[in-house]
Amino acid sequence: MSEEITMKKIDQFANHAVRPTASETHIEAKNFSLFYGDFEAVRKVSLEIPKRMVTAMIGPSGCGKSTLLRSINRMNDLIPSTHASGEMIFDGHNIYDRNIDVVTLRARVGMVFQKPNVFPKTIFDNVAYGPRLQGVKNKQELSDLVETSLRQAAIWNEVKDRLNENALGMSGGQQQRLCIARALAIKPEILLMDEPTSALDPKATAKIEDLIGELRENYTIVIVTHNMQQAARVSDLTAFMYEGVLVEFGKTKRLFTNPENQQTENYITGRFG
Amino acid sequence: MRLETRKLLDKSFSGMGLIAIAIMAAALVLILSPIIWRGSKAFVFKGTIEHRRVMLEQYQRGNSERFTAEMAKATEARAPVYEMMAAFNAELKEMDRAKRRDYKDPYREVEKAVSVLLGPKPGDRTPVLLRQQYGQTRWDRALVKLHEALYSADWDYSNTDAMGVLVETPRANAFKGTKLEPLFDYLENHLDEMLRPKTTFYWQFITDTSKDSHFFGGIWPEVLGTLYLTLGAMIFAVPMGVIAAIYLCEYAREGRVVSFLRICISTLAGVPSIVFGLFGLAFFLNTIHVSDSKSVLAGSLTLSLLILPTIIRSSEEAILAVPRAYKEAALGLGAGRWHTILTVILPAALPGILTGVVISMGRAAGETAPIIFTAAVSVGAPLKLWETLSQPTPALPWNIYNLCTEHEAVDEIRHVQYGMVFTLVAIVLLLNLFAILMRARISKKLRG
Repeated sequence: MSEEITMKKIDQFANHAVRPTASETHIEAKNFSLFYGDFEAVRKVSLEIPKRMVTAMIGPSGCGKSTLLRSINRMNDLIPSTHASGEMIFDGHNIYDRNIDVVTLRARVGMVFQKPNVFPKTIFDNVAYGPRLQGVKNKQELSDLVETSLRQAAIWNEVKDRLNENALGMSGGQQQRLCIARALAIKPEILLMDEPTSALDPKATAKIEDLIGELRENYTIVIVTHNMQQAARVSDLTAFMYEGVLVEFGKTKRLFTNPENQQTENYITGRFG
Repeated sequence: MRLETRKLLDKSFSGMGLIAIAIMAAALVLILSPIIWRGSKAFVFKGTIEHRRVMLEQYQRGNSERFTAEMAKATEARAPVYEMMAAFNAELKEMDRAKRRDYKDPYREVEKAVSVLLGPKPGDRTPVLLRQQYGQTRWDRALVKLHEALYSADWDYSNTDAMGVLVETPRANAFKGTKLEPLFDYLENHLDEMLRPKTTFYWQFITDTSKDSHFFGGIWPEVLGTLYLTLGAMIFAVPMGVIAAIYLCEYAREGRVVSFLRICISTLAGVPSIVFGLFGLAFFLNTIHVSDSKSVLAGSLTLSLLILPTIIRSSEEAILAVPRAYKEAALGLGAGRWHTILTVILPAALPGILTGVVISMGRAAGETAPIIFTAAVSVGAPLKLWETLSQPTPALPWNIYNLCTEHEAVDEIRHVQYGMVFTLVAIVLLLNLFAILMRARISKKLRG
């Protein structure tokens, strides 16, 4: 019975506008593997993430989806004894090349984390943190940037009167949108989202999802989520991973309604995971 | 376990906690109350006219006209004393030799006691030592000296099996029938007219220099020396400690070298302070010659080594307590490692770092052993800032010890000893209070 309901729901969710598929590739993984010590968390994954679309990554816990996401801006470097093999190509270069400047890479590939991680600074300083790093000193320019970013993150109206208050005083959902605004302020090309709504209530989640719908016009978005319905609602493409392997990758609607792989079907119908 | 047993266990445990806290509080009160009570007597006491004379003549403080008027009254009250002594002197000259010899020693003692009590006899040559130029400045000491003037103390050793017994005999007995006999009654009954005690607030005790090795005046050189040493130690230890902590937490790869370093730091924290003092003498003064003699600089360096482990440890804890999410956020926005540390990690760790700094500041201010060999002298003038590079200084912890044990008249300056202890405790408490407030403000700002 549960199978039937799930399928019906997914049919509903996946009904958002179909977008052109002929889009150029923004990031390409070629036989990409990532190791924690001896453990191969991501196994020889090859996929092409298209420009200005939302790509969702789903899969059970520990399947390597977050690791793959964090490989795109090399956040895994923080963990000692990780190494990668294969290629992760962005803008014509393998980002795991030795002569790649990680700092510049991260400025072009923004990231939003699972828990809202605003700095214990004012709302303004939070958003201005990235631009200041990049050397924007002009006050007018900074405040313009902050306003644009906050507007893009659909939070401007809520915070415009208290830009100088500590960001930790906001609600969880507001904090997460502030994090998105902060990521947008550095004008990235790609936005990585690592389970951005897992710590939020349904109302705040809905707001973030609407926001993702708006942002897809201008940004390439890669989102990792545990919530399959969310993947169905917000994404154009979905990748299903299992035990570090990319099992299936395709248009969201097709993947949820008519999966090619038996494992994918088992997962999205709730038989495991 | 049964519910009742569990409840009983819970209750008894919280009871034990309460008892422990109560014992600590009681101990604190027990320690602090005599310090405050006796220490405050350095600031508020019954000062005699001699105190006002010292203030006027040595510190140019007070109303000279009013003092002259008051002094005239005191002189009037003292006149009979000197008259009686003059009369007795005349009487002595009339006596035969043997009798005169009998009176000679007791009379000399009386003369001395009177000059200790009231100051040198008018018309006598001014004594060399400052302490002999004035009478008793504090009423409590004056009463003690009065007792000494009225009674002669002798030791009775007649019972050879026991210790000597103190026998006090009124001096008046020795002078019965002479013109000096009424002197003792007069001294006893007219002392307040001769010394005119008045409740005195002497808050300048902290900011006055001392005269004649702490017989008169305050403790400014010691206070200043303590501040110099503490701040100096902080200037060296805080940057070094915080940078070392950052290195250990953020840069160093966990390995044998780092764990060895950590063991070294822990060991350093357990080294007795006197060893640090000896090291400071051997290294800073005798080997690299930071100065020719003991100096504030050498003392500060030694103290900074002493507190370095505490600062490193507490800074490390504070840095490790900063949520990883902050670091990830900053790195994700394209900040470099150094920038992340400077703009995100250090501000968030600041309250914790400050706690360590405060604890070690208190320790640096109160530590005695390391400065004995490297910085402290018992008497000295307040130093100018540049003199700290080459000059030794008196400092509160060392001078408390020194005045209590090695001073030539320990009993006469009890109030200075307690005043110093009081001041040192107050300085440490104030430093702590200041830092706690600062910490609270920063935490509030961080919490939003």
